[in-house]
Amino acid sequence: MRQPIGQPMSQPVENPTADPAPHPTPHAHSTPETQAAEPTAPDLTATDLPTPDLTGAALARTPPADLHRLLATRLGGAARAWLDQALEEAATHPGIHGPISVWELRLAEAGRRCGPEHADVARVLILHAARAGTDAVSRVYFQGTAAERRAVLHALPHLVAGPDALPLVEDALRTNDTRLVAAAVGPYAARYLAPHHWRHAVLKCLFTGVPVDEVAELDRRAHADAELARMLADYAAERTAAGRPVPEDLHRVLTLTDPTATPPAPAAEHDPGPRGTDGKES
Amino acid sequence: MRIFDPHIHMTSRTTDDYEAMHAAGVRAVVEPSFWLGQPRTSPASFFDYFDSLLGWEPFRAAQYGIAHHCTLALNPKEANDPRCAPVLDELPRYLVKDQVVAVGEIGYDSMTPAEDTALAAQLQLAADHGLPALVHTPHRDKLAGLRRTLDVVSESALAPDRVLVDHLNETTVKEAKDSGCWLGFSVYPDTKMDEERVITILREYGPEQVLVNSAADWGKSDPLKTRGVGDLMLAEGFSDDEVDRVLWRNPVAFYGLSGRLDLDLDLDVTATGATHEGNSVLRGGA
Ligand SMILES: [Zn+2]
Repeated sequence: MRQPIGQPMSQPVENPTADPAPHPTPHAHSTPETQAAEPTAPDLTATDLPTPDLTGAALARTPPADLHRLLATRLGGAARAWLDQALEEAATHPGIHGPISVWELRLAEAGRRCGPEHADVARVLILHAARAGTDAVSRVYFQGTAAERRAVLHALPHLVAGPDALPLVEDALRTNDTRLVAAAVGPYAARYLAPHHWRHAVLKCLFTGVPVDEVAELDRRAHADAELARMLADYAAERTAAGRPVPEDLHRVLTLTDPTATPPAPAAEHDPGPRGTDGKES
Repeated sequence: MRIFDPHIHMTSRTTDDYEAMHAAGVRAVVEPSFWLGQPRTSPASFFDYFDSLLGWEPFRAAQYGIAHHCTLALNPKEANDPRCAPVLDELPRYLVKDQVVAVGEIGYDSMTPAEDTALAAQLQLAADHGLPALVHTPHRDKLAGLRRTLDVVSESALAPDRVLVDHLNETTVKEAKDSGCWLGFSVYPDTKMDEERVITILREYGPEQVLVNSAADWGKSDPLKTRGVGDLMLAEGFSDDEVDRVLWRNPVAFYGLSGRLDLDLDLDVTATGATHEGNSVLRGGA
């Protein structure tokens, strides 16, 4: 038997990469290690989230320690043990080791270990435990699946101080994968993305059906942005000329650009389009 | 009728196909990496392709209510090009990804020494990563190709019940079944198998470990052939349960050997409320 991939030779690991046991009920729901029951009341001392959310923007906005505490209450025993070990390994062996570092391997397999619905938060925690800097986050982003890239984007505010990781955000904003676009417009983009790119990101959200609620610090960055207002008005005019409804979110952002701005008439009903979120800029 | 197409190259298909497949009952697909028609000249070209099978294509499929997984490998045809062989060295970092449910499609094209090496190495990679393998049988010299394939499988670290031998027909099904491998039949408009011949084989060999796929790609092919087989099975007196076994439970059982099959689409699209909402609309009629 060969050495399982990506494991440090010195210490045994509870969950080897190769798990030859057939999955018991893959079609039922492939999260056997996840508790089906409601999570027990989380100990929320450092966060005031009304309903603790461990997906999307909350990942970028919640301190990692709180994410960890919340996630632990939602994982079954085996998944929690896997996560604890993964975080321990990441903390003890950060950096690059061999063809694939053990923490990068844990990052890749987080979905099948913790359940897909907890993969994002588990990955953010692993990245944080590994103290991944710009080089490391860039490598795992560009070698990652869409799910891993999304987790990297959510983790950026916790990991990189300064604009060095902006190429990742810009890469995600060039895709038409709405999950990546949504993850790209978080607090890191709010802090560092240049005005031109940021305006195009907002417009892309409107085009692809990503709710502008995903855009971090929208109020602050949109305030008194005359150029953004012009772009939004032009877009609204283009939609109206084509006989197509103007997205409701557009009026909202336009209002934010200037408190005295009035939404262009006629106010249309919310229109995600028949398939408004398929990544096609329609 | 719920359908899992265990071998289809969606990268080569349009959104109309996704829509028609969903309407026909297709809820899950596995897309094996394969030859793109135009030979590639560098490993980087493969990596972009693999990234697409792990990124954009699952996103596209999810918009139409279809769960997408993939199998990754260096295909036998391009294994013969020394410029592409370094792909083998990079495969390990891809085979750990959550959506990879097998190594494939591997096997023989022209039965060359380079293909021998690539097949054996990738069966070992499958064993190392706890993955099953999707092994196709060659178009030319098929029976000899099957025998050589089964020899290499039996010498590998991978048990036959973790191997799916694909593109089988009347001349190869018996030896493939005797080997203990899973049996794949590709239903094509003109070549490989048609619906009637699949029915005949199902009567003779039974539905155990049988998978039916469209293998639809950039050539003349039809992504609805799986549904065609299901309809003909019912018309010919097979039960709903037998249809479900061949078109859903068998592929779920085979790729489930990876421990990575995730058929709950909602989880894949919760990144944004809009995506979730859009998907719910798509799934409303289902
Ligand atoms: Zn194929």
